[in-house]
Amino acid sequence: MELLHDLLFDYTQRTVALGALTLGAVSGTLGVFAVLRREALLGDAISHAALPGIVLAFMLTGSKAMIVLVTGAFVAAWLGMALMRVVTHHTRIPSDTALGIVLSVFFGLGLMLLTFVQRRPDAAQAGLETFLFGQAATLLQGDVVVIAGLGLLSVAVVTLLWKEFKILTFDPEFGGSLGFPMRRIELLLTTFLVLAIVIGLQTVGVVLMAAMVVAPAAAARQWTDALGVMVWLAALFGGLSGAVGAVLSSTARLPTGPAIVLVASAIVAVSMAFAPRRGLLWSWIRARRGRAAIRLDTVLTDLYALYLQHEELDHGHHPAVLEAMSDVGEGALPSLQALEDRGLARRFADGSWGLTEAGRDAAVRRLAELRPELVGEHGERSAPR
Amino acid sequence: MIGIELEIVLLAVTVAVACALPGVFLVLRRMALMSDAISHTVLLGIVVAFFVVEDLTSPILIVGAAATGLITVALVEAIRGTGLVKEDAAIGLVFPALFSVAVILITRFAGDVHLDTDAVLLGEIALAPFRRMVIGGVDIGPRSLWVMLAVLALNAAFLTAFYKELKLSTFDAALAAALGFSPALIHYAFMGVVSVTAVAAFDSVGSILVVAFMIVPPAAAYLLSDRLGHVLGLSAGIAALSAVIGYFAARSLDASIAGSMAGAAGALFMLVLMAAPDRGLVALARRRARQRVEFARQMLTIHLLHHEGTPAAADESRIDHLSEHLSWTPDRAERVVASAVKAGHVTIEDRRLHLTQEGRTAARRTMLG
Repeated sequence: MELLHDLLFDYTQRTVALGALTLGAVSGTLGVFAVLRREALLGDAISHAALPGIVLAFMLTGSKAMIVLVTGAFVAAWLGMALMRVVTHHTRIPSDTALGIVLSVFFGLGLMLLTFVQRRPDAAQAGLETFLFGQAATLLQGDVVVIAGLGLLSVAVVTLLWKEFKILTFDPEFGGSLGFPMRRIELLLTTFLVLAIVIGLQTVGVVLMAAMVVAPAAAARQWTDALGVMVWLAALFGGLSGAVGAVLSSTARLPTGPAIVLVASAIVAVSMAFAPRRGLLWSWIRARRGRAAIRLDTVLTDLYALYLQHEELDHGHHPAVLEAMSDVGEGALPSLQALEDRGLARRFADGSWGLTEAGRDAAVRRLAELRPELVGEHGERSAPR
Repeated sequence: MIGIELEIVLLAVTVAVACALPGVFLVLRRMALMSDAISHTVLLGIVVAFFVVEDLTSPILIVGAAATGLITVALVEAIRGTGLVKEDAAIGLVFPALFSVAVILITRFAGDVHLDTDAVLLGEIALAPFRRMVIGGVDIGPRSLWVMLAVLALNAAFLTAFYKELKLSTFDAALAAALGFSPALIHYAFMGVVSVTAVAAFDSVGSILVVAFMIVPPAAAYLLSDRLGHVLGLSAGIAALSAVIGYFAARSLDASIAGSMAGAAGALFMLVLMAAPDRGLVALARRRARQRVEFARQMLTIHLLHHEGTPAAADESRIDHLSEHLSWTPDRAERVVASAVKAGHVTIEDRRLHLTQEGRTAARRTMLG
């Protein structure tokens, strides 16, 4: 109850939670395209590339107002992305290397400028680093409005250019051949991502902004194969990580950025484990069922092969014989019991097993499906080996 | 002071070369950003090791850091192996999470210890010469210089010993597996070397410079040569050069040495990107311009050949009409004609073009492909 009260009435907590929620939703939405285009680490590169812009903007204006620093960050990060595109489009350097070049060189230059400024006698530059490493508590209501405005703008752009972004993501060559200006669409998408990241920097910091782009989209991918659903889910997961992370950080006294990232990572872990169809649990169950089905077929047809030696259904065979005939994993008994449940096999008093009449017919049918060449050549009575 | 400066430059060059050599394979194997991931997650290894030994100078910290590097690699590999996310996303999921855990551990439990995230990430090479290596009472130089020399030797030995395996598994992983080399073993051995290098290097220069030295010089070298051996050599050379340039730039600006070195590496990369003989942007633009003129010249000769000897020939061969027939601007038409005359494919008589024998042959050859 106190938590709810604080969220509603405590200015700082409310602002931070709202800001983180909106930021997570925006970066989650835009991150979908980055992740699907295999440029998941774009966010990492953008957030590092912003540093020289932040410092230069301060050096030129002497101001530390959010709008000044964000503008500087935007220009530098955007230039970095443009450079990265030039390198990947015109040379054979792989895109991850191009990202790494922009990331390390821009950050290095920023560091150089930062130390240069810091060693000047006046102390006005103090606090420039907090912009870099993130300090959510400094978030003001005005910042939240800016973030929300940006969020609305990116939703509008993604909706209006839905078709273009989709084709850019899945088949840019095809889009180009249809006459879409693919480079410009790519540039627009990147511009919005840059905008979202430079605005988010002061909340979660350079290193962790990367996760806000990747994690919601990676989690959303597990639940759906439809781009539209994935975008909504990513926005939801991003917003959820932001809000829950912010609340956690104020109640458990954790740094905000890492708390948000850990919540986002937890959502990814849950999604990868339990999402229907794609999730690890489901593939494990599917694989298990598949193995059981194969064992069932093996035991059924092996029993039939044994039956053919005597041609009488009352003659029983011990599970050990079946286990010697084929590798049936954890033993023949579970498969025999499963066959018995279906009325295909029966158990004799001495613990041996034989086919029922229905079982014999089922085995013949299954053999015709599995090994048609045997049935075709020798007729129904042929043994599988 | 000269002695200390020399030591810093020597250390920087050693770090640069030690990073740039394995960096070549990182770039070629499309794992460049693993260097970024490892250089961030080592923080967690250092923090955990610190909680165990409670001593910031203990070598156990380095062991812990190197182990986290390998854990990062294994985690990325495990997540990628599920097939649920791609490799780049796997990297982007693992390192922020591990880094977050490290930051939380520091703020919650080590707030009073000098274990500063900025210091870890940014590094300060200028302090390296103050930690001396003393054996039997004799000062033999900065400790990190000896550590990095050992790492450099390790890298050189590893690359020499497994050159064939690395080369094969980098360029044709399927063939390497078919020939019986274990791709997983090579991968982990190589990433182990990268981890050790990153950890040892970031102790003296900070993680951002590790990333810069591992990615930027190899990328520049990759634009300069097609031979793996040459790329390795060039990469080491470019890295060493950026270390030296960066140091003097930092000294004259009184700015961060690591930042300046990364900046110098970036400047050298831009230089190569522009001016590389074959793959540079300038060479590329010139080649495209030349190809455009060449193609237009071929169009011109084919156009003339097509109408040669027909009633329309007199009209079609007028220079002033080329812009109409081939939809070129008059200016472009003049330039193409000049190039065709220079190539000896056409002659001009009375503002009309005539194919030479050579031009006819060229046009036919072009049409036949």
